[in-house]
Amino acid sequence: MSSNSNLTNMRRLVEQLRLEASVERIKVSQAAAELQQYCLQNATKDALLVGVPTGSNPFREPRSCSLL
Amino acid sequence: MGELDVLKKEAETLKTQIETARKAVNDTTMEAASSGVAPAPRIQPKARRTLKGHTAKIYALYWALDNKLMVSGSQDGKLLVWDTHAGILANCVPLKSAWVMTVSFSPSAGLVASGGLDNMCTIVNISGEKPKTMRELDGHDGYVACSRFLSETSILTASGDQTCGLWDLETGKQKQSFLNHVGDCMCVALAEDQNTFISGACDSQAKLWDIRDGQCKQSFIGHTGDINAISYMPNGQAFITGSDDCTLRMFDMRADQEVMCYQNAQPTAGVTSLSLSLSGRLLFAGYDDFNCNIWDSLKGEKIGVLSGHDNRVSCTGIPSDGMCVSTGSWDSFLKIWN
Repeated sequence: MSSNSNLTNMRRLVEQLRLEASVERIKVSQAAAELQQYCLQNATKDALLVGVPTGSNPFREPRSCSLL
Repeated sequence: MGELDVLKKEAETLKTQIETARKAVNDTTMEAASSGVAPAPRIQPKARRTLKGHTAKIYALYWALDNKLMVSGSQDGKLLVWDTHAGILANCVPLKSAWVMTVSFSPSAGLVASGGLDNMCTIVNISGEKPKTMRELDGHDGYVACSRFLSETSILTASGDQTCGLWDLETGKQKQSFLNHVGDCMCVALAEDQNTFISGACDSQAKLWDIRDGQCKQSFIGHTGDINAISYMPNGQAFITGSDDCTLRMFDMRADQEVMCYQNAQPTAGVTSLSLSLSGRLLFAGYDDFNCNIWDSLKGEKIGVLSGHDNRVSCTGIPSDGMCVSTGSWDSFLKIWN
């Protein structure tokens, strides 16, 4: 019956909202600070950010190569 | 008041409560908090490889954990496995259904999964001499838009039937269903510990789920259009989504809200795909307008463009060693950049 399913859906919705409302939240400033720290700490390992020396770039032939 | 009215009232109260709680911790923006961070260098990656082999639009790509093999799926009805270092084809898997929307490798790269408009996720073993179909996961009532392996025996799917599913590959059966979205599920990403995952859907919401009990833990609002792509930031506490509303957004899971919006000055093209560099600083986003924009994820500034495709960029990917970014396009080519 559509009125029963409306009720069931509503009960589910309220239960879901109760769960989502109970989440513990941290401040955006704290989240931002931790994210920044992570990005900056790992920057030197990030090849796309800092570049890859030609010799160690698997997608690039090294300039000086020994020919057969 | 009948029970229905009581419940409706409670629902409204809870929604307001959530909004208030989010505002209470919204003490700054990511942009403002990053004002002291030095700008990321303006990078101009070069196209190092153009992989030609598909004869129709490419819809999906996925890197293997060896950082060398990459699989692509096209509506020419084939999955192509590439040795990207050598720039050559390593394997070819013909599909029963040409309408592919997603491809992925298992951790060993011995299995590939594909899914699409046939409403199935097909698992093929490519470790032998000839590709062999191992499983056809049948159970979704809509297209399979995304699939991600947890292991050699477990896979997660996102479907146009508005659900996500967790499948046991040994039995071929669904172990868990994830029900809460009210629009087609388009994309998923797994947390590193595999206890949770995030999904994006055509209801404009992203959701965080508990894998074992199927519970939706948090819902993230902000987008005003279908969410086509989703990816965790490498610190595991935030994620970025890309949408038909022409924006990308960063959501922090512990702050439980949107913390950044990446929008072009003239937003006219929807976002089809996104990838994050190893540190998370660089955000590569594929758009309907044939380009791939490069964003500084912390400062929200556009710092570069990858142009070279003659049609929509439908998929992007960065291998686990962060050594390059690959793009796949409706022009039937894949490109590798660094």
